[in-house]
Amino acid sequence: MSEKADVWQGTLSLMVLKTIETMGPLHGYGIARRIEQISGNQLCVNYGTLYPALLKLEQEGSIESEWGVSENNRKAKYYRLTRAGRKQLEKEARDWAQTTAIVSRFLGASEDLA
Amino acid sequence: MAGLLPSKVREQALADEIESHIQLHIDDNVRAGMTPEEARREAILKLGGIEHVKEAYRDRNTIPVLEHLTHDIRYAIRQLRKNRGFACVAMLVLALGFCASVSIFAFVDAALIKPLPYTNPNQLVAVAERTSIFLRGPLSYPDYLDWKALNKVLGSLEVYTRTGFLLSTQAGAISVQATRVSDGFFRTLGVRPVLGRDFYKGEGLSGTARPVLMSYATWQKRYGGKKTVIGQGVSLSGIPFTVIGVLPREFEFAPGDRAEFWTTLDTSSSCATRRSCHNLDGIARLKDDISVRTAAAGMISIAKQLEKQYPDSNRGQGASVVPLSDVITGDIRPILLVLLGGAGLLLLIACSNVASLLLVRAEARTREVAVRRSLGASHARLISQFFIEGAVLVLAGAVLGLASAHWAIQLLTKLVPEDLMARTPFLLSLGLNVRVLAFAGTIAFFAAVLFSLTPAMHFSRAEMRKGLAEGSWGSSGNAWRRLGSKLVVLELATAMVLLAGAGLLAQSLYRLLRVELGFQPDHLATLVVAAPDITYGKDEAAAALGRQIVRRAASLPGVKSAGIASQLPVSFNGNTDWIRFVGKPYNGEHNEVNQREVSSGYFRTIGAKLLRGRYFAVAEDASKPRVVIINQALAKKYFPGEDPIGKQFGDSNLSPSSIRQIIGVMDDIKEGSLDSDIWPAEYLPFNQSPDTYFSVVVRTSQAPDSVLPALSAAVHRIDSNVGTIDEATMAERINGSPSAWLHRSSAWLVGGFAGLALVLSTIGLYGVVAYSVSKRTREIGMRIALGAEQSAIYRLILKEAAWLTLAGVAIGVVSSVPVTTFMRNLLFGVQLWDTATLLTVAAVLGVSALLASYIPARRAASVNPLEALRAE
Repeated sequence: MSEKADVWQGTLSLMVLKTIETMGPLHGYGIARRIEQISGNQLCVNYGTLYPALLKLEQEGSIESEWGVSENNRKAKYYRLTRAGRKQLEKEARDWAQTTAIVSRFLGASEDLA
Repeated sequence: MAGLLPSKVREQALADEIESHIQLHIDDNVRAGMTPEEARREAILKLGGIEHVKEAYRDRNTIPVLEHLTHDIRYAIRQLRKNRGFACVAMLVLALGFCASVSIFAFVDAALIKPLPYTNPNQLVAVAERTSIFLRGPLSYPDYLDWKALNKVLGSLEVYTRTGFLLSTQAGAISVQATRVSDGFFRTLGVRPVLGRDFYKGEGLSGTARPVLMSYATWQKRYGGKKTVIGQGVSLSGIPFTVIGVLPREFEFAPGDRAEFWTTLDTSSSCATRRSCHNLDGIARLKDDISVRTAAAGMISIAKQLEKQYPDSNRGQGASVVPLSDVITGDIRPILLVLLGGAGLLLLIACSNVASLLLVRAEARTREVAVRRSLGASHARLISQFFIEGAVLVLAGAVLGLASAHWAIQLLTKLVPEDLMARTPFLLSLGLNVRVLAFAGTIAFFAAVLFSLTPAMHFSRAEMRKGLAEGSWGSSGNAWRRLGSKLVVLELATAMVLLAGAGLLAQSLYRLLRVELGFQPDHLATLVVAAPDITYGKDEAAAALGRQIVRRAASLPGVKSAGIASQLPVSFNGNTDWIRFVGKPYNGEHNEVNQREVSSGYFRTIGAKLLRGRYFAVAEDASKPRVVIINQALAKKYFPGEDPIGKQFGDSNLSPSSIRQIIGVMDDIKEGSLDSDIWPAEYLPFNQSPDTYFSVVVRTSQAPDSVLPALSAAVHRIDSNVGTIDEATMAERINGSPSAWLHRSSAWLVGGFAGLALVLSTIGLYGVVAYSVSKRTREIGMRIALGAEQSAIYRLILKEAAWLTLAGVAIGVVSSVPVTTFMRNLLFGVQLWDTATLLTVAAVLGVSALLASYIPARRAASVNPLEALRAE
């Protein structure tokens, strides 16, 4: 477990939003599992931190929730992306791309110098 | 949104969601081949503990600030509950400070802040004539007419004069207060009758129709509040009047005293025809954009013009225009401000006391705070917590203080004598209104800030780390001692100022009540007689009534002698006469002297001292040569180095009928209020110039109040239509006189504040010294173990206390001088720098301070070295 990377602060919500966008309405457990799968089990989502993050997104109006029934007939709370959430996701994705671009350029440049 | 849902619903939803999460996880795990138990364990493990998640979720779910706030408030209350002693003392001390300052402020508000209850009160001014001895004297009717016609600065100028009427009731004639006003008086104030109408313009001048308005209280009390009263006739002193209106319930006009009836001026009286007869007080409404100063200048120039035109009567008669509020509340302004200052200082002491208590607590909590910080509490969070603790404390103190202020206000209002209350009707609306509450709120806010800053300052970051590192009483105690001792010095200095003020006021009161009166005030019973002019308007009739009353009164059991006077002593300087001496050069200036008409036995009855000459004879009436007795002040001023006996004086024109011969010189009698100066005075025989309104005074061999009922019964037996008012003993009159009352109440209140200040500041000093002893227990134990004498330990502790006390007293003495300067107006017969008073109060403060520090010093000296060293 210790080799797995922790989810960086702030990126969890981006991942949650992206997951819901790709998968459509999904419950908390599903979101967590999906993130782990996508990362090729490289990431370890602390399930406990997921629910406060979901609540935060809901409070911000990016997602909304509704009780539903899972494929194996379990009651579960499903989260769906709102219009604001979609915009938020676009913005955060853009920001992320920009940040990583800068960081990688930075790393590239320092290699040149060395 | 989710955050707004009731918490139970939210909790349930969260529990459901987590349950569902775990179920889904278990399903997966089971599918992957785990046993159900293993599956469940792993699911919960992965989730990170159900309660933990719920906690994290809740944190996110509520607005954090609010959450912290309720948490901090609960924590603060728990802390205060845990330290009940501390909390009680702090709250009581705060409540005390609040109660004092809020109740005094309520008086200040009612008297000085709340605007007068008239339309645009800022435009209203009081207009008066000004002479060398009267800063504000009444106008004469002819002067009033000229001032009204000539001025260009006043929108309206109206006058009023107090008078009295006899109202016949079933119980006989009773004397009622009334005010005569010019027709536009109420229009100028902006007051309209609640029933009926106001005076018409020019109404009452003809002298045939006599309209009268009555106060709301009179309407209710005497006419049962019936609307049919309008148009009814009412007989006042036997003269028929017609009721035209009723004034509003809330109408008040302090200078009008307790007037029940308001009628028009009596322009047919002889006084109204003479420019030298001053009996009218003026009020006016300024024209728009005219300042009081401009108005005053305008009136002064008119007065100058009249002075040239009528030099006989108007020489030296200037003009005065001041805001009406100055006249109405001017008298009590200085005393109220001094009291407010005193209450403020007491509040300051109370706050410093609580602040130092909080410091001690902060000191005791160094470790707790250090732990909390190291566990991640932010500095801001800690400060907010201190603020909340302070705020909770202040809130409790404020609520307690306001409740007691409410009670104190009622008590203080009850202590105001009825007479004084009638002259200060604005005090009737006293209470905890919005302004007073805002004042309390402001104090509370600053107190809360102060109380959160002191401990917060104490916990600077550096010290916090130290607190944790040392893990015990650290050197931070020194910081506390520095700040704490400064607070104590401040408290002691403030207490010193209050004590000095109280000492000076007490001295003033002492001297005021022992001021030389010029007569023996004990065993004197007095009352005022008002006889109807219809029966007694003729001089002979009035003189006969006076003689008859004296005779009847003197023969009452327990009465030794009786006399009458137009005005009793210790009332006011005024009712003056302008005199001119026969055979002395006269430059036209007015020689203004008090004029009193007294019966032959009056001086002997009141126990005044005849210095030269003789008293009036009983037979000295209008048929005999006109005589006069003067006081020593008149003799000294106008007959320096001469014998005045046998000299003559008369009015300004020396008209033959006014010339009188001086037959005696009295030692000065205090005619004015206790704190006033002696004016030259002339005493005329009542028999030679009688009046229908006069005072009766009798000397008794028993308690004087016991003869009062018999005295007024004796007057009524002569004629039931003669009214009697103000039955009182001379001692009651003097003690209840406004100057005595004001001096007494200020001395007692400031004295009370000073006493509380003394107690609070000595407690503060005790706290500092006791705390310092507790901190030095180890050091003291060491000293004793090394052979220090007990006396050395006493010296060690007492020296510290003595330094603090000395500093406090010294600062207090220095600052008391400028502070007491501001109550100069309230002092009587004492200097601001009264060494004896200052030394006495310094000694009182010093001794109580040393007594307070003796207790901890003794504790220090009896420290058991073994235990002390083992401690900690």
